[in-house]
Amino acid sequence: MLKQCEGSHAIAESVALCRPEVICAYPITPQTHIVEGLGEMVKAGDLENCEFINVESEFAALSVAIGASAAGARTYTATASQGLLFMAEAVYNAAGLGLPIVMTIGNRAIGAPINIWNDHTDSMSMRDAGWIQLYAETNQEAADLHIQAFRLAEELSMPVMVCVDGFILTHAYERLDIPTQEQVDAYLPPFEPRQVLDPREPVSIGAMVGPEAFMEVRYLAHHKQMRALELIPQLSAEFGQVFGRESGGLMRTYRAEDAKTIVVALGSVNGTIKDVVDELRDDGYAIGAAAILSFRPFPSDALHELLSHAKRLVVIEKSLAVGIGGIVSHNLRMALSGISLHAYTVVAGLGGRPITKASLRSLFERALRDELEPLTFLDLNQAAIDRELAREQAQRRSGPSAENILRDLGVR
Amino acid sequence: MEMQQIKFYQTGTFTVGNRLLEADQRSVQANMERTNSLNSGHRACQGCGEALGARYAIDAAMRAANNQVIACNATGCLEVFSTPYPETSWQIPWIHSLFGNAAAVATGVMAAMKVKGRKDVRVIAQGGDGGTTDIGFGCLSGMFERNDDVLYLCYDNEAYMNTGVQRSSATPPAARTATTMALGAEPGNAFGQGKNVPLIAMAHGIPYVATASVAYLRDLEAKVSRAMTVRGARYIHILVPCPLGWGAAPHDTIKLARLAVETGIFPLFEAEHGEVTSSNKIRHRVPVEEYLRPQKRFAHLFGKTPAVDTLARIQDMADRNIRKFRLMDERRHG
Ligand SMILES: Cc1ncc(C[n+]2csc(CCOP(=O)(O)OP(=O)(O)O)c2C)c(N)n1
Ligand code: SF4
Ligand SMILES: [Mg+2]
Repeated sequence: MLKQCEGSHAIAESVALCRPEVICAYPITPQTHIVEGLGEMVKAGDLENCEFINVESEFAALSVAIGASAAGARTYTATASQGLLFMAEAVYNAAGLGLPIVMTIGNRAIGAPINIWNDHTDSMSMRDAGWIQLYAETNQEAADLHIQAFRLAEELSMPVMVCVDGFILTHAYERLDIPTQEQVDAYLPPFEPRQVLDPREPVSIGAMVGPEAFMEVRYLAHHKQMRALELIPQLSAEFGQVFGRESGGLMRTYRAEDAKTIVVALGSVNGTIKDVVDELRDDGYAIGAAAILSFRPFPSDALHELLSHAKRLVVIEKSLAVGIGGIVSHNLRMALSGISLHAYTVVAGLGGRPITKASLRSLFERALRDELEPLTFLDLNQAAIDRELAREQAQRRSGPSAENILRDLGVR
Repeated sequence: MEMQQIKFYQTGTFTVGNRLLEADQRSVQANMERTNSLNSGHRACQGCGEALGARYAIDAAMRAANNQVIACNATGCLEVFSTPYPETSWQIPWIHSLFGNAAAVATGVMAAMKVKGRKDVRVIAQGGDGGTTDIGFGCLSGMFERNDDVLYLCYDNEAYMNTGVQRSSATPPAARTATTMALGAEPGNAFGQGKNVPLIAMAHGIPYVATASVAYLRDLEAKVSRAMTVRGARYIHILVPCPLGWGAAPHDTIKLARLAVETGIFPLFEAEHGEVTSSNKIRHRVPVEEYLRPQKRFAHLFGKTPAVDTLARIQDMADRNIRKFRLMDERRHG
């Protein structure tokens, strides 16, 4: 049903349609509206057969989810930023135990300096924890991916993170299609756990494993993600049949067939990128784009195929691997084996800095002329940085740099 | 079931003569049909109080719950010695997730049982003192505050044993551990204000809190059974001597657990909704020295120049417990 609503609200409705049995909630912006929405549905009795548990920390939220999932309940939680780091130990644990929990990440920067706005530093920090990581491009896709996520998680017995750009998506109001219960029921069968805590058939879960078997257990996790490379496109295609629209998959290309320059990015920024690609196409440039929807597993083969005829690759990164540059670019190197092209890493939009069409256009033009540095920081205020460096040079006790820069820029 | 007061004079190993009791008064462990939830073959040290306490507690819970029990374990000795891959000593559904989240995992299991309409299945969380009073404290307090239907069992051996005997917030003053060495002006652990988790549990107003000891196994079973008759958050804190960490002989585990009670160092009591409802009276009061002396972790108190002041301070703490929890029979001792 078409509805004018907030992204978070659509996600909450989608999750509710998946008939979750246990939901754990702990507040952190910009994820709050999602769990509030679900809490309201449970409290009002609209979402039946569901325990909504307000916990005392994100570590507890995911730990409660671990217990619930191990006991055979379809389990959901959501977090962002500091919250994801606070639950880090449980993030690895849920994956190691192979529990099909679905968790939304309302992508947000990580402090210090504390910042509530969007970038991908939070989910990127957990990229190797063993969860499947899907990145939504639009709110419709965010809502749809949750339905696919439960199916994927339960099929593989592996947790899935659905990453949704904070504010840009979570807080945006738009016209969205909320599916019917019948559609979701047709797509998502009831949860049949592979392992379950049940007094009728006692098992021990979470034993200590030494060098004799640890490698094999870890390898199996990798193997499952390799299987997900096949499963994700299948589930996306099946989703298309039931719901009548395209959503999800490993990656989505845009005007990339004959493109010599390809821009790769994750999440909502792909909308802006496509607009700029259109403009440059109108001006006669052979440029295209690719949105990576599944970052874990990483679609290396699909990207290799896509990039094998390209001359240039521009990666737009919403996170910074301090001391080296870009995480997505780094992952892409594996897929570039045997391909020779100019690869540019562009760190952009950290802490919610807007990524504008104008900035992207001039960036891409420089790339098309091969005038870009291998590592570029989009719209960086170099003068402000130079002034802070000068202050640090001038005196030993130069003070906290974040506060200095704010004062310098006259932000109050 | 009202527990019958037994008053035979116990000697030697202090084992209670079940044969002298009516069948329904006998301990769970005396029954051939007991579940052996924590089966033999595990890797605990000889004389491990934690292994003993867990076996009694879980079997008692199993009997009370008609064998419908799921346990969630924190990281620590109990977890490590019971599940060396690919073996397990657990005869019940059991999960180990992390060191600091047993209470929260149990909440999750409880919630799942609730939605699935399995109200007959009872959930237990368990961990050592480190996993309970330190790193798991946030999750524990959260579980208490929500009054989740979980029985939490803390096996207190007064240090981080699994990592090699480091200090926890349950380590007693003056005790030597790997991180509170018997060195310097104040050897061993510092005197703090303590962190009495049973009292903190009571402050949450939860329906049932008790302390227990592996020297009083029938009392431990009774407390677990009592806890199982109640719904909501419940907490039992069990003193479990660790021969390795305490520097004591394996055959002294029960003796030390008993002396901890008889000195007043470890008071045994029950509380409901934040109020103490009963305490186990001390039958033969003994000075703290008798408890401390056999343990190498306190050896520095009994050197060439005995640490008279420190011993007096510890005696003071024991005396305060005796007054506070009314551990002496007031009719006899005024
Ligand atoms: C987050 C985390 N920190 C530290 C450890 C290391 N560790 C494992 S068991 C343990 C000690 C357990 O002590 P306690 O809870 O008292 O149980 P015990 O072994 O004494 O029975 C420690 C420190 C860990 N596994 N996880
Ligand atoms: S170290 Fe202590 S607690 Fe651990 S198994 Fe040995 S006796 Fe038991
Ligand atoms: Mg301990």
